[in-house]
Amino acid sequence: MIQAHLPALQVIIPLIAAPFCLLIRRSDLAWAFSLLVTWCTFAIALILLLQVNETGTISYPMGDWSAPYGIEYKVDLLSAFVLVIVSGIGSVVMPYARLSIEREIPWPRIYLFYTMYLLCLCGLLGIAITGDVFNLFVFLEVSSLSSYVLIALGKDRRALTAAFRYLIMGTIGATFYVIGVGLMYMMTGSLNMADLAKLMPLVAETRTIQAAIAFLIIGLGLKLALFPLHLWLPNAYTYAPTVVTIFLAATATKVAVYAFLRIIFTVFGNVPVLQKEFMTDFLMFLAIVAMFAGSFVAIYQTNIKRMLAYSSIAQIGYMVLGISFISVAGLTGGIIHIFNHAVVKGALFMAVGCIFIKMGSVYIEDLAGAGKRMPVTMASFVICGLGLIGVPLTVGFISKWYLILAALDKGLWPIAAAIVGSSLLAVIYVWRVIEVAYFQPAPEGAETRSEAPMTMLAPMWFLTLASVYFGVDATRTINIAETAAAYLLKVIQ
Amino acid sequence: MEVFGLFNYWIVIVLMMVGFYIVITQHNLVKKVVGLNIFQVSVFIFYISMSKITGGTAPILTEGATLYGNPLPHVLILTAIVVGVATTALGLALIVRIQKAYGTIEDDEIEAQESES
Repeated sequence: MIQAHLPALQVIIPLIAAPFCLLIRRSDLAWAFSLLVTWCTFAIALILLLQVNETGTISYPMGDWSAPYGIEYKVDLLSAFVLVIVSGIGSVVMPYARLSIEREIPWPRIYLFYTMYLLCLCGLLGIAITGDVFNLFVFLEVSSLSSYVLIALGKDRRALTAAFRYLIMGTIGATFYVIGVGLMYMMTGSLNMADLAKLMPLVAETRTIQAAIAFLIIGLGLKLALFPLHLWLPNAYTYAPTVVTIFLAATATKVAVYAFLRIIFTVFGNVPVLQKEFMTDFLMFLAIVAMFAGSFVAIYQTNIKRMLAYSSIAQIGYMVLGISFISVAGLTGGIIHIFNHAVVKGALFMAVGCIFIKMGSVYIEDLAGAGKRMPVTMASFVICGLGLIGVPLTVGFISKWYLILAALDKGLWPIAAAIVGSSLLAVIYVWRVIEVAYFQPAPEGAETRSEAPMTMLAPMWFLTLASVYFGVDATRTINIAETAAAYLLKVIQ
Repeated sequence: MEVFGLFNYWIVIVLMMVGFYIVITQHNLVKKVVGLNIFQVSVFIFYISMSKITGGTAPILTEGATLYGNPLPHVLILTAIVVGVATTALGLALIVRIQKAYGTIEDDEIEAQESES
C-alpha cells in the first residue's frame, strides 16, 4: 500500500518534519530527528530509482486529481537520479553537520538551522519530482527562501549581505520563471508538463511563447548561476556556514540544471527550441566563457571556500556545455557531471570544513604544513582535487570524457581543446592549495598532528571513496545518465 | 481599440520595468525591496488580467451565466502572493540585521565597509 504513495512521501516527510524540528528545540534531539528524516528520504529515493528502473516512469496524481487538472508527480529515470543525488548528499551531510554547526552557529539557533535544512531539502526534492510547472515554482521558492536563511546564519556579517543579494537576484529569477509559466498558460491553458509538451507545437511560433522561452531561460539561468548571472554565488558560498555551503554547492545549482533540462527537453520537447542554431551557439558560448572565467578567477583567490565557489561556476559551465550539444553523448556528459560534481564538491567543501574546525582558517596561506598536521583530511582533498581536474580513475574524468566525445562527434575540436584547456586551469588552483599544504613547513609552535573528529572525517571519506569508485566503475551511473539522455532526446527526434 | 483593450498589459509592463529599475539603481536596501514588490505585483496583475473574458462573469454558478472567467490564475496568484509576502518579510528581517551589523542600509556604504575589512 505505502509503496504506491512513495512519490508523495518523498516530499511530504521533510516538509512535515521541519515544523516538528521547530517544536523539539533541543539541538541534539533536533539533529537526531533530522538525521532520521534525511535517511528516510534517501531510502525512498533509492526505492523509487529501483522501481523506475524496473517498471518505467511512475505517475502519481496528487490527492487523486487526475493529470492535466490536478498536480501530477512524475518520476522518470532522470528525476529519480536527481532525487537520489539530492537526498544522498542531504543524508551524508547530516552526521557531519552536528559538530561543524556547533562551531559555526550560536547554540540557541541550532534547531532553527535543522528546520531550515529540512525545508530546503523538501524544496529541492519537490523540484525534482513534480510534473507541474507552477508546482515547480512553489518548490523553487521553498528551497530558495530557506537557503537565504541558511546563508544568513553564517558568522561573518558579510553572510547577511550575501544572503540579501541572493534574495534579490533569486526572487527576480523566480519571478521571471513565473512570467514564463503565465505566458505558456495563456497560450495552452495547461500547467502539466506532459500536457504542455503535447499542446506546444500548435502555438510554438507565436510571439507569446517565444517571450515565455526567453523568460524561462533567463529565470532558471539565474538560479543555476549560468555565467553572466552568477554574481550571487561566490559570496553566498564563501560566508555561509560550511555545512550550508556543502549542501547548497552539491545540490541547489544541480537541481536548477535539472529544472532547465525539464523545461527545454520535456515541456518544449516537441518543439525545436534549442535546435535553432543561434540558441545552441549562444548557450555553448556562455558555457565556455563560464569554464574559463570561473577557473581563472579561482586561481587568484586566497580563500579556499571562495576558490571552490568560483570553480563551481566553471563546473556549471561543463553541465551547460553538455546540454548545448543536444546529442545523447553530450547530455550524458552533462547529466553525469551533475552527479560527479555533487560528490566531488561535497567532499572538497567537507575537507575545508575539517580544516576550519582544526586550524580556524580557510585562507590558503594559513594552510602551511597541513599535509603533515592533517594527513587524512588533506589526502581526501587531493583525491577530490584530482577529480575536479578530471584525472583518469576519478569521476571527473568520466564526465569530461563524454563531453569531449560529444564535441568530437560534432566535429567541434576547438571545444574539445577548450575542455582540456580549462581542466589545466583547475590543475593550477588545486595545486596552489597542495603546494602550501605539503611543501611549506608548519609555523613554529603549531600542533604536530590533529585531525577533525571521526563524525566529520567519515562522511568526507565516504564521498571521496564514492568519487573514486564511480570513477573506476562508472557503468551504473553511465547507464542511468545515458538512458535518461536518450529518453529526453527521443521526444525530439 | 487594440491599445485600449491591452491596457492592463501596458500597466503590467510599466510596473514591471519601474520595479526592475528600482531594484537595479537604488542603493537603499529597503527601496530595493519596495522595487522587488512592485516587480512582483506586476506579475500578479498579469495573471489576473489573463483570466478575464469580455462579458464574462465571476466563476460562480448562477442562472443565465454561460461565459465566465477562468478561476485558476487567481488561485495560482494567491500562492504567488504568499511567496511574495514571505520574501518581503525575510528581506526586511535581513535588512534589520544588516543595519545592526553595519550601522547603515545603503548598499554603497556597506560595500565600502566590506572592502576595508
